[in-house]
Amino acid sequence: MLKRIYAVFQARNREFLRDRASLSWNLILPLVLMFGLSFAFSNDRDAYTVGILQDEAEIDTSEHAFLETNYIRFVPYDDIEVALRKVERHQLDLLVEFGEATRYWINAESPKGYFAEIALLHSGSSAAEAIDKQQITGAAVSYADWLLPGILGMNMMFSCLFGVGYVVVRYRKNGFLKRLRATPLTSFEFITAQVASRMVLILLITSFIYTGTHLILGTRMEGSYFTLFLVAIVGAISLISLGLVVSARVTSEELAGGLLNMINWPMMLLSGVWFSLEGAPDAVTAAANLFPLTHVLNSARAVMLDGATLADVAPSLLALSVMSMIFLAIGARVFRWGQY
Amino acid sequence: MTIALEARNLRKQYPGVLAVAGVSFAVSEGTCFGLLGPNGAGKTTTVEIIEGVASASSGEVYYYGEIAGRRFRQEAGIQFQNTALQDFITVRETIEMFRTLYERQADFDEIVEQCSLGDLLDRDNRKLSGGQRQRLLLAVALVNRPRLIFLDEPTTGLDPQARRNFWDLVQSIRAGGATILLTTHYMDEAQVLCDEIAIMDTGKIIAQGSPEKLLQQQYDGLIIELPITDLTSDLEGIEHTVLDNLGIVEVQTTDVSASLQQLEAHVSNLNQIKIRQPNLEDLFLDLTGHSLRA
Repeated sequence: MLKRIYAVFQARNREFLRDRASLSWNLILPLVLMFGLSFAFSNDRDAYTVGILQDEAEIDTSEHAFLETNYIRFVPYDDIEVALRKVERHQLDLLVEFGEATRYWINAESPKGYFAEIALLHSGSSAAEAIDKQQITGAAVSYADWLLPGILGMNMMFSCLFGVGYVVVRYRKNGFLKRLRATPLTSFEFITAQVASRMVLILLITSFIYTGTHLILGTRMEGSYFTLFLVAIVGAISLISLGLVVSARVTSEELAGGLLNMINWPMMLLSGVWFSLEGAPDAVTAAANLFPLTHVLNSARAVMLDGATLADVAPSLLALSVMSMIFLAIGARVFRWGQY
Repeated sequence: MTIALEARNLRKQYPGVLAVAGVSFAVSEGTCFGLLGPNGAGKTTTVEIIEGVASASSGEVYYYGEIAGRRFRQEAGIQFQNTALQDFITVRETIEMFRTLYERQADFDEIVEQCSLGDLLDRDNRKLSGGQRQRLLLAVALVNRPRLIFLDEPTTGLDPQARRNFWDLVQSIRAGGATILLTTHYMDEAQVLCDEIAIMDTGKIIAQGSPEKLLQQQYDGLIIELPITDLTSDLEGIEHTVLDNLGIVEVQTTDVSASLQQLEAHVSNLNQIKIRQPNLEDLFLDLTGHSLRA
């Protein structure tokens, strides 16, 4: 029995090791993730986030002793409207403006704001320092409100990429594609059918999850459902097209899985599924903007949390449409029915 | 007779291997043409080029005198050697799906009856036996009432009973007027089903004609077969072939009684001797120097 096990074990090892492409991804992916994440979240020890209202893009820590406090991340804002909204939503614990008199805005309902305020008041260079407290209120955007678009987007991404990308590769490998090739079906028809099928399924599933969550958890919905639905459609098309690019030529399921993961994981981590990328280095933000999921999530959150209109999310929808066109053009160009 | 299909000088070069080295043949309408050869002879590649699912390095395929194209796709029915069908899909759904892809459509009930799939219609593709699966794949090849049918090793892996049933099925399809291109490495299958055969080896056709004609050309008389273990001395002076892997010696003869007399001196007993007609298996062996099933 052990002999047989060993024979099969060895054959499997060989198969895997000789599939250089899959092997490479198995090595490269963890490295890329490791370096990428440590770069993106190198300052994740900060416990509090405080906005500093100023015109300059850089914060000068010598300006006030508070700015030297450990474990507080200071983020500059030049637009008070934007910053106040964040305080309202508990995304900023405190907003401070240093000047002749120090002013700060605090959300009375925010526990973290309470402690950030204590830190601020105890850091004054002199007790006589004039300080002006502005109190605002506003319920926190609960993590559920914030996470829901992320989860829906992630689910959509997996479903689109694997449901199209991986399946087409499997069809190619087991000869089902070849069988279809021998019929009058064209590659365009085949691809359209795949996209449409996944599109309908993912929209149904996403609507179902959204409705359930919305009804049970009472998640926030500030904008229009039509706009949100449009974001979902345009987003799904772009993610499916991306899946098609991966599946257009690949004949090994292992390679397809590796490639899909290489796309999935960075998107899942950098597109803001689980946590906001606010304050991440510019390079990371720029990279994240190349991912369709980033635009899907930003738009969905804007609609759901901030009541953004169609016009507000139009740039993201445009970006998604352009990506879809590029992906589809590449996919159609390199598509292959058979293994050779 | 009308030529339904013609392959002209097909070549397929894979890196380092010339899989098909200039193959030409024509198939008359309403006949069954067999492409025979051992594994790796280039049969499947040749057929896939003709079917349009593989590209040729050079050469052309004509369907009723035109370069095979749109009309060919509509009118040809293809059964591949290995085709995975979709999981979780039933036999009925599979036939319906493929039927929908064609302009010409066969009657659903007719195909189901022809391929004896009536009891299996609601079964998941994954739960079919080998023979049932082959019948479904044949049904899929028939969904467009094809004028030309490709069967690529359709009975490989089937038990003898299922094979015979499959032959009956193929014969009934042929009786309906369709042209058939069959590849196989079973000589008995070719002998039963084909009007004309082409034997392929290492990418080339090495003999072509009707089975009877090919056998007549090559053989004159009968074959005497006896076990090697029954030999008591070398068969000196008698022309013979030793088939080591089968443990037998063959002697070709036009005069059986004379040959038997000659053999008697070299054989311990005559109980195991067989006298038979030469078949395509012998022909293949003589033409290529190796056995078909090796």
